[in-house]
Amino acid sequence: MPAVAETLDVVQSATDAGYKWGFSTDIEMDLAPKGLNEDIIRLISERKEEPAWMLAWRLKAYAKWLQMEEPDWSSVKHPPIDYQALHYYAAPKKKAGPKSLDEVDPELLRMYEKLGIPLKERAILAGVEIPEGERPPVAIDAVFDSVSVATTFRDTLAKSGVIFCPISEAVREHPELVKQYLGSVIPAGDNYFAALNSAVFTDGSFVFIPKGVRCPMELSTYFRINAQNTGQFERTLIIAEAGAYVSYLEGCTAPQRDENQLHAAVVELVLMDDATIKYSTVQNWYPGDAEGRGGIYNFVTKRAACRGARSKVSWTQVETGSAITWKYPSCILLGDESVGEFNSVAVTTNYQQADTGTKMIHIGRNTRSTIVSKGISAGRSNNTYRGQVKVMPKAHGARNHTQCDSLLIGDQCGAHTVPYIESRNPTAKLEHEATTSKIADDQLFYCRQRGLSAEDAVGLIVNGFCKEVLKELPMEFAVEAQKLLAVSLEGSVG
Amino acid sequence: MSAIQPNALQLATTGFLARFEGNSGLRTDPIRRRAAETLRHIGLPTQREEAWHFTSLRPLAGIAFQGVHTTHDHGHDLLARMSGISGPRLVFVNGRHDTAVSEMPDFTTVGEPTLNEPDDAVSMLNTMFADDGAHIEIPPGVDAESILLVSLGVADGEPVAFHPRHRIQLHPGARLTLIDVSLGRGTYLNNPVFDIEVAEGATLVHLRLQDDATDAFHLSSVRANIAARGTYDSFALTLGARLARMEVHANLAGEHGAAHLNAAQLLGGVQHADFTTVVAHDAPSCASRQTVKNVLTGKSRGVFQGRIEVARIAQKTDGYQMNQALLLSPDAEIDSKPQLQIYADDVKCSHGATVGELDLDQLFYLRSRGISEPDARAILVRAFLAEALDPITHDQTRALMENAIEAWWQGRHI
Repeated sequence: MPAVAETLDVVQSATDAGYKWGFSTDIEMDLAPKGLNEDIIRLISERKEEPAWMLAWRLKAYAKWLQMEEPDWSSVKHPPIDYQALHYYAAPKKKAGPKSLDEVDPELLRMYEKLGIPLKERAILAGVEIPEGERPPVAIDAVFDSVSVATTFRDTLAKSGVIFCPISEAVREHPELVKQYLGSVIPAGDNYFAALNSAVFTDGSFVFIPKGVRCPMELSTYFRINAQNTGQFERTLIIAEAGAYVSYLEGCTAPQRDENQLHAAVVELVLMDDATIKYSTVQNWYPGDAEGRGGIYNFVTKRAACRGARSKVSWTQVETGSAITWKYPSCILLGDESVGEFNSVAVTTNYQQADTGTKMIHIGRNTRSTIVSKGISAGRSNNTYRGQVKVMPKAHGARNHTQCDSLLIGDQCGAHTVPYIESRNPTAKLEHEATTSKIADDQLFYCRQRGLSAEDAVGLIVNGFCKEVLKELPMEFAVEAQKLLAVSLEGSVG
Repeated sequence: MSAIQPNALQLATTGFLARFEGNSGLRTDPIRRRAAETLRHIGLPTQREEAWHFTSLRPLAGIAFQGVHTTHDHGHDLLARMSGISGPRLVFVNGRHDTAVSEMPDFTTVGEPTLNEPDDAVSMLNTMFADDGAHIEIPPGVDAESILLVSLGVADGEPVAFHPRHRIQLHPGARLTLIDVSLGRGTYLNNPVFDIEVAEGATLVHLRLQDDATDAFHLSSVRANIAARGTYDSFALTLGARLARMEVHANLAGEHGAAHLNAAQLLGGVQHADFTTVVAHDAPSCASRQTVKNVLTGKSRGVFQGRIEVARIAQKTDGYQMNQALLLSPDAEIDSKPQLQIYADDVKCSHGATVGELDLDQLFYLRSRGISEPDARAILVRAFLAEALDPITHDQTRALMENAIEAWWQGRHI
């Protein structure tokens, strides 16, 4: 099987080719001392100029965290994390609060330029292709280590009543909303990493779409871990009131470092009657080098509460980065006829580990969910789909379809599927299918005898394999995701 | 999780350990001793353990199981159900071989088993107490046709627990159909362990009917080692017991081996039955097939956990798993976890699962042709089960299974 051998070689060489987002930016940082204790939490709260209730909330979460044990049920393996060796707050030093982008450290702006994130609104207009129809631009919230450095298009959004701002600002400016919803989907004591996040979260995005409003543009958050020995703990809260619609994108990168960095985010979505949230993630944290040194531990809790009837949440994720990915974006389908979707592509190479999937909890009547998961393992990586579909006794007419496919490239990697299917209502209909295979020799042969190189052939096949998920992404992200797949499996993917 | 759970289980564990310590014949044996020490250390599994996530052994607590005692009622009347099955038979009453009703098969001895060290708590319990069992060893190339192995649980007064240990060895090219039936009355714990060796080119067909008493507990383990070109072909029908768990571990150790682990569980009332399988593909070019069906009525709960493990060396593995459940009542529950764990790249593995009620269109179709609703439902359920039953080629056993299903259906008005 020369084609296969060649493919393996190419994968090998490609995975050494490197991570092009691996640069670090030399910016003067304001760092909290290493370690975690109540004083650090007080310091974070103070830096964020938070009201007393917020600090109390954090301290309560911290007390819970101290009582909890780090979970070990997943299939991921890593050396113990020293929670005292991290900086829990890292912010670019700024000159007395930049009020506009012009005041932002130019070094920072250059970094975003390098990342291809058009931070300036002009740049966005210039950078985004506008097809025939007037395609609305994208509003971006950029989070650098612990703080949000800039949020664009806020005024335009404000005109339609949409609030899009860093969560630290929302705590100050919209305390009634934050108080009502923060922790209402993922309580502080939900799990070990959620408790940690609740205690020390430093920034993230806050989105509020009022009743009946269709958000006029896509919202986007860009996360970047830059400082060494920091953990990033961002918190995102999106509230879609009755009939509201929003499409939200998040992207993440980090510099190349030899040691592992921790990222423990929490994302909460709240949906009222007829609301729709489309949440797309392209996760490209630094995955570590070819020997498995360094990389981000990405331990994230994401959950959507479909509280209203006919509300709909759609999680789409393309996971190519991180040394370890451990997350299950979930949907609590409480409202009658609410809909949950989960579309995922997870690629692992070298020594990466991914344990990802979703939970669909059907509580309301006629709730529907679909799960499409595509796992691609190469190198010495391990890729696990773990998902739960649970139908509660009152969920009459609930419906689920799950499809998870795994593709193995090379004989040193692993692909695993761990679904939990639990039904307590006879009128529910659940279907689950899973397949595991490699790229068939005849598929490769077919492409190669038509003149495609081995890499292009594998690229074509992998893209076909992921197509169902990629088509769910907003256009700009779909392009980025395809490129990411290409770079992650470079050589094997054209 | 409530704190009661570990306590109740500790109580159950302590009960078994006390009975063990009280028996000087058992407690001096080093292997049994080690099993007891390990069990003391780890305890019976709680639902916090992944393998026992859906099944709780708590109902075992508070029942003072006695060791085997001579019973006046040998339950021989229960054997009438097997009248249609010809050939030699081995009958065990409360785990003890009953010579009066057995017809000794060839290649078989009965008596104290050879023990090996188990790795799970339920088999440890067996190791501690196992004092009888069948040892069937089929010589190379011999087709031993069929052997009927019957376990009768008869607890007319005190609850009893019995732990038979059976060893089935098929030498190269041998063939055997083992018909394995559990029946009984009263409250008892039936905890058999089967150690199975299928040598090169040998075929063991293991057909199992578990129709233990309504108040009984059934916890069985099968460990089958399958050599090159060997086949372990099993079907298990679960109808009985208040709490049942059948665990099957099939290890495909040689090239071109095959394991078929088919099962059907028909449950009602407050029954809980768990069918758990682990198929380890440890050699290239092996095939495994599983079709598991659950039909659930009343407040019953069906569990299926199936794991296919493909080792790095096991290229060209063909693994398939299908599990389907019919929920026929609003209070029934199905929990299913079909799992793939794959470390080889040139494999074809898939699983499918469906859960639902009877198709209303199909029901309507039958009714519109003048078939009464109960009959229509019966037809559809039988059709649903057909796929799992079809591989049973042993006609007498097929009839036994069909009759058992029929009786189950008659006994429950759905």
